[in-house]
Amino acid sequence: MSATSESHLPLRQPYDAYSNPSLDPQIETIIEPCSGWRLVDWQELSEYRDLFSFLVWRSIKVRYAQSAIGIGWAVIQPLFSMLVFTVVFGRLAGIESDGVPYAVFSFVALVPWTYFSNALTEGTSSLVGNASMLSKVYFPRLILPLSTVLARLVDFCIAMVLLAALMAWFGIVPNRGILMMPLLILLMMLTAAGIAMWLSALAVQYRDINHGMTFGIQLLMYAAPVVYAASLIPETYTLFGTIVIWPQHLYALNPMVGVIEGFRSALLGTRPMPWTFLMIGAASSTLIALSGAFYFRSRERLFADVA
Amino acid sequence: MPSPAIAVENLGKAYRLGLKEEIPDSLIGAATSWIRSPLSNFHRLRRLNTFNTRSDAEEDDVLWALRDVNFDVNEGEVVGIIGRNGAGKSTLLKILSRITSPTHGRAVIRGRVSSLLEVGTGFHPELSGRENVYMNGTILGMRKKEIDRKFDEIVDFSGVEKFLDTPVKRYSSGMKVRLAFAVAAHLEPEILIIDEVLAVGDAAFQKKCLGKMQNVAEGGRTVLFVSHNMAAVESLSGRGILLNAGTVVLTGDISDVIRRYRAIQPLGENDGVYLSSDGGPAGECAIVYAAAHSGDRFSSTGYAAGETLKFVVECTGADTIRDPQLGIGIDTIEGQRLVTLHSNLIDGCPGGNSLDSRVKWECTAKHLLLSPGEYYVVISLEDGSRPVERLSPAFRLTIHPSDAYRNGGKIGRGLVLCDQIWSRANSETSSKQL
Repeated sequence: MSATSESHLPLRQPYDAYSNPSLDPQIETIIEPCSGWRLVDWQELSEYRDLFSFLVWRSIKVRYAQSAIGIGWAVIQPLFSMLVFTVVFGRLAGIESDGVPYAVFSFVALVPWTYFSNALTEGTSSLVGNASMLSKVYFPRLILPLSTVLARLVDFCIAMVLLAALMAWFGIVPNRGILMMPLLILLMMLTAAGIAMWLSALAVQYRDINHGMTFGIQLLMYAAPVVYAASLIPETYTLFGTIVIWPQHLYALNPMVGVIEGFRSALLGTRPMPWTFLMIGAASSTLIALSGAFYFRSRERLFADVA
Repeated sequence: MPSPAIAVENLGKAYRLGLKEEIPDSLIGAATSWIRSPLSNFHRLRRLNTFNTRSDAEEDDVLWALRDVNFDVNEGEVVGIIGRNGAGKSTLLKILSRITSPTHGRAVIRGRVSSLLEVGTGFHPELSGRENVYMNGTILGMRKKEIDRKFDEIVDFSGVEKFLDTPVKRYSSGMKVRLAFAVAAHLEPEILIIDEVLAVGDAAFQKKCLGKMQNVAEGGRTVLFVSHNMAAVESLSGRGILLNAGTVVLTGDISDVIRRYRAIQPLGENDGVYLSSDGGPAGECAIVYAAAHSGDRFSSTGYAAGETLKFVVECTGADTIRDPQLGIGIDTIEGQRLVTLHSNLIDGCPGGNSLDSRVKWECTAKHLLLSPGEYYVVISLEDGSRPVERLSPAFRLTIHPSDAYRNGGKIGRGLVLCDQIWSRANSETSSKQL
């Protein structure tokens, strides 16, 4: 919570901040300046879960309001990217697609990537875009970027349906790696949430982050195996003739590398499940998310003043 | 004695004025300046945190919006916070709503708080009225079940039932505001903090809102609110807090606080009274006080239609002019002169030179029955026929509807009411007599 610490006097009933006021135990809220790092207040977040779900629902509804195609836009973005990439990278450039048709090769990567880029873009601008709410109402600010990360999952699911259709068309059947899918999806969401927390807190103060986002995301796409296979990256490389580095492991610091290659492994069977990538990716993703949450919480109380 | 619902101790809030210029608002700018001068940037970034500023620090770029504010609000009290623009009222409410944090001091709040700092927070133009009720209600702190329960009441209060399922961007501004206020009016927290949202909508809706506020106030909730509408503040609150330039000037009974607020107001169009702030320039003749009374009673909120008004005007320096005379003009809001009362129109008011410096005129407007509405009172101080000071207008006079004709409140159209005597007789017989 921004600059407050809450002490609960002895409770006689289960604590629910919005229950009938006449039965409500006395809540004492102390407002004072406090500084330093604070942990994420999970209890507070769960108190505000109604608001969280409403914001998720609002984010979904508003995105497609008054558009004739409506939710179909969730499909158009990855679909058309896939078509363009198939022509440019698949045919003209002749990039290796690990033994499966390039169309489905890139589409499998585009589904999680589209989610990631949209969730990140929207999450970053979530605080700035809701500046009016920030200055008028109190609620845990963490809800805003987290709700966009959750809301974009709807588009992801719709795109997955199209992916299933595409795979059926090409006669490709997923293997038992599909059991890893929920974990991959969680990793994908954690990455988006972690970076979104960092960037949204920074964007409140440094407005040019919003401008740089579109451009940054485009570049970032090439740091993930969306249009090419991860096998393109060499396993070892010798710097200056003496120092040996492992580019693939450095590459895997981008958590989306593990996610995308994991998707390809599970759905297309192009390679075994990339455990190394996933472990490195999970570690870096957790680090980003933890540090992002800390940074966000430390800046939270300034949002209303600076937004 | 039970602990107060809201206890504020030495609260202070500082803003750094130079914030916008000093801290770069672009990442490139920040990066380049970081490379250029690491030390000065380090200091600048540290200074962003104003929480280490001592309360007696008088740095150039620090603006103290609040300074050493102390007060208590007990459970069930309705307290009105008044003050001029920029006094720190909204900042105080923001701190108590946990939107921004104080620079020093602390506040302890016992109970659940709901803050209403703006009407329509969270409203999204693409969503329908129904969806926005849920959105707004949840933002204000109501649970979904609570909103479900009160949904019909809310819609009924707002009067936009027909348009509930159209996107809010199609609503008129009045409808938007009515819907938003309807949601806010159905909050049931223990402590309610309201910032100047009482003045929304047209007159009819404002009355409804005030009525609802009255219910809330009488319902035993603790209410802390800010308003410039003195009538509302006076009728709703028991206690008042006067803020000026970030410090508390006076807390206590609401009428005392309002009187003190008037005293520190600059010259202006006050409700019901004109008070000169500097007591009149020395050596000159000037009006220092002008108001409308009813008998011996003074009310800043106006009088009921049918009450006989007595105008009281005081001036100083009357001994410096030869023949002090006073004119009082009552105008409609549009500026049309209704009637002029003048001390030299009727015999009986002593004129000529005054030996005393301070002179008080009292003029009873017999048989003047103004219709309910707002009027401007113009005061003109003259020396014989030469104008000395003219206050146009001196103050605004409000006349409230009343049962002047003793018929349940009905009156006809017009600028004035009139004592009427009616009779009806059979005209057939009387015409035969002619």
